[in-house]
Order: sequence, then structure tokens, then C-alpha cells
Amino acid sequence: MTTDYNAYVTTERIEGEDDGPLAGKTVAVKDNISTAGVQTTCGSAMLSGYVPPYDATVVERLKSAGATIPGKTNMDEFGMGTTTETSAYGPTENPAAPGHVPGGSSGGSAAVVAAGDADMALGTDTGGSIRCPAAFCGVVGIKPTYGLVSRYGLVAYANSLEQIGPIAPSVEEAAELLEVIAGPDEHDATTRDNDGATEGLADAADGDVDGLSIGVPTELVEGADEAVVETFWDAIDDLESQGASYHEVDLPSVEHAVEAYYVIAMSEASSNLARFDGVRYGQSGGYEGNWNESFADAREEGFGEEVKRRVLLGTYALSAGYHDKYYKKAQDARAWVKQDFDEALDEADVLASPTMPVPPMEMGESLDDPLTMYLADANTTPVNLANLPAISVPAGETGEGLPVGLQLVGPAFGEKQLIRAGSALA
Amino acid sequence: MSESVVDPEEVRHVADLARVDLDDDEVERFTEQFADILSYFETLDEVPEVERESELANVMRPDETHECLSQAEALQNAPESEDGHFKGPKVS
Repeated sequence: MTTDYNAYVTTERIEGEDDGPLAGKTVAVKDNISTAGVQTTCGSAMLSGYVPPYDATVVERLKSAGATIPGKTNMDEFGMGTTTETSAYGPTENPAAPGHVPGGSSGGSAAVVAAGDADMALGTDTGGSIRCPAAFCGVVGIKPTYGLVSRYGLVAYANSLEQIGPIAPSVEEAAELLEVIAGPDEHDATTRDNDGATEGLADAADGDVDGLSIGVPTELVEGADEAVVETFWDAIDDLESQGASYHEVDLPSVEHAVEAYYVIAMSEASSNLARFDGVRYGQSGGYEGNWNESFADAREEGFGEEVKRRVLLGTYALSAGYHDKYYKKAQDARAWVKQDFDEALDEADVLASPTMPVPPMEMGESLDDPLTMYLADANTTPVNLANLPAISVPAGETGEGLPVGLQLVGPAFGEKQLIRAGSALA
Repeated sequence: MSESVVDPEEVRHVADLARVDLDDDEVERFTEQFADILSYFETLDEVPEVERESELANVMRPDETHECLSQAEALQNAPESEDGHFKGPKVS
């Protein structure tokens, strides 16, 4: 089933087992997650026609849980974007806000859920790529703690930051899907069995926020758009009226999170994407000339502009003479952000902020100015640097009817806390 | 700030290191954009040195033999193969 908002790259159905917790449900899968026998493009011309010979662990788990996969969803090329406009297969439109972007990079996944064309979806979140589209499309998205969900079969962009996670209309459904995909996997050595962190997730969606202590990092609210801030405080009021309390907290390190995130993500990307040489898979650069020329041809043809930009900047940040200036400092910033969050979470159960500092942009508005697009990730990237879990739940709409998301951040493997708190709102 | 002024030659050099051909328009755009982005990255200079937690431990296990892809499966996505091998460009 195709959509008129261009949310799928491929619409081949994959049937799961007859029984299981997700029997009868459709779960769309982002197109950077490998599906055996079904094209997986990562939104890139480089991988047009690429058919993985094996399933990602999360796909195996979906199938055993009885889910049907209706298709592979559109995304920013290799996950590099905040609007789903860098896809080689054309942009996705936001079904909850026509004429606007659905957010990114998991824009197709959030769009099919918002439109009701799939019951749920899987996205991936490297610097906000689940939470941003969830917020922009008015649905729920969870970025799990690093190590909760296996990345085996996910085409890597920035390994130390990314996690696969659920997108769904409600917190309870997102939690059901998370419960199916979470848990250790022998194929991903970074997964951890953390004392029951993967059990009872769906049951935690009881909406009980009585006595919940919410910290609000002022740095993540102050710079945001006025209509977004207003909607955010309305949602906090709502939580207060249900028994929660809030206090403001300082996270000085987050002022440097975006640049630290981009230096680290681009550096990892420049290394990860070195595999695309057009020999084992992908677009061939031909057999004329020497191998360096052939690889450079393949990559000129196969990669879009944002991917080239990030691969080049990452190569630059890691190159001789610049490594200490950029990469090492970014790692310092990452450690600082982690400390800040740990301290703030000693004094609060969860931290709350707007998910995105701005409402959904108009289509075509942000492509010419990459730096401005990067800055839109100010509230989401710190969470990936700190390896923590976060959820985005619908907080309401701006006066113009554009969806606004509320982000809650919890301690490592504290998904249940986030699910409980988030389910008081959606 | 002025430290990170990027010239077109530097963009071409990095593109060469990354094995990505660029056309002239891309070189021009990237030169301009990289100057903006890199000067923004330079605010990392304000980050204090932070004591990193050292609670990380390597996760090791003995090597084991498992089933793996067949040769045909491993080659199925290659643009070209020959006699059961990937076919690549000349290496010199």
C-alpha cells in the first residue's frame, strides 16, 4: 500500500507468525533496518536495489511476535537529516501538518503511524531521529537506553550513539513494541541484560504520576519558539494537576551538545560509510582507471549532498592536526553532558523539555542552510551523548495547529519510569 | 574563528582522503558551509577537561564457528563477480 505523502520506499509485505503479542498488528520498519529478501536502501541511491541476505534481530523479533511488516519507510539518507528531505526517494510530507516536514530522520515511520496507515513503526535515533518525527507528527516515540535494543542488522551511521526504538499512537502501544524488540542479543555485544529492564514495559503505562518529581532544564526551554514553550508549560501543568511536581535544573554542558554530537556523529559516519565502495554492494564506480578513482566515482554518484557533507567533515575532524581540536574535545563534552544528566537525575525522577525547539518546518525551507538544521537538534542530541532513554509524547498544538512534543529523559534503563510518566499525557 | 577559514583546495584534499569526487559547484558550496560549521564547532574550546568515568569493561568471548552466508548469498548484491569472487577495479 503506497501513501500519497511518500512515506514508504518499498511496500512489499512481510508476514509474521500467526500468534504472538503483536498478532494482527502492522509494524512499518525504517529502511535502514535489514529485512531478508526485501530491498533496504537507507534512503540512498547508493543502496538502490540492495537486498539483505539476513534479517536484523529486531525484524526477527517482530516476526516471531506475530507482526506484519507492511513496508520499509522513507528516511533521510543514512539517517542524516532532521526533515526526511535528504532521501534519494523524495521527501515525505507530514500527514498531521500538510505542507510541513514530518521531521527526521525516521519521518516515514512517524508519518504512517500518524496517518493510521500502520499500527506502529520502528525508527532509529542517533541524535533525535525517533523523537523529532514523533513530535512533529503528533505521535509517541521512544529512544531506548544505549544497549537495551540490538543494533544487529541496522546499517550503521554512528554506532556509539544510535538505538532502534518504537513509534506508536499511544505510550502503551509504544511500550508493547519496545518490550518485543528489547533485550540482549549475542550478535550485538553492546546489548545488556539489565535486571528486568525489558520486562513489564507495557504494564508500566498506568499513567500514575502522583509524587513524580520532574526537573526542567532551563537551557532546553529558553531558546525555544514561543508557541512551543507555551504548549510545553500547559503539558507540565497537566502533569502537576495529576500529582507531579517540577523544579528547574541547570545543565550548563548542553550548550555544547550539538557541536559535540555533530563532531562525533560525522567522525563515526566517515568511518562507517567507507564500506560503500561499489564492490560488494551498492552502485559500482566502474572498472576503468585505478581503484581510488573508481571508488570516488561510485561515492560521487551514490551519495547525496548531506551525506557527502558529513563524510567530509568527519574525515576533516579526524585528520592529522585536527583530531585533538575537534574529536577529543567533543569526547570531553560528551563526558560532561553525561555527568550533568546524572547529577540532575539524582534530584529528579525525569527531566522534561520540549522535544524540538521549533514546530515542524515548511517543506523545502531548511535544505539550504545545514547549520540551522543541525541547531534544531539542540534538545535531542544531549540524550544520545549521555546514552540515556527518552520519550516524546504529544503535548498539544501551536495556535496554527502544528503538533508539539514533550520530551522526558530518564536514568539509564529507566524506561518504565518514562512510560509511566508519559502515559499520563498520551 | 579565522583559524578555520577553509579554502577550496582544502575541501578537495579532504574529499580526496574520503574518496568522494565533487563537482565544482559542490566544492564552492562546501567551502562556504564548512567555514560556518567549523567555526561553530570551535566553541568546543570552551569545554573544560572532564574526568571520564572508567567503568567500561571489554566484553570478550571465545571464537566459535557458526553457520554463515553461502557464497551465492554473499555475492548476490555485488555489481559484478567472477568465479565466486567479488570483482573490483585495478588496485594500482
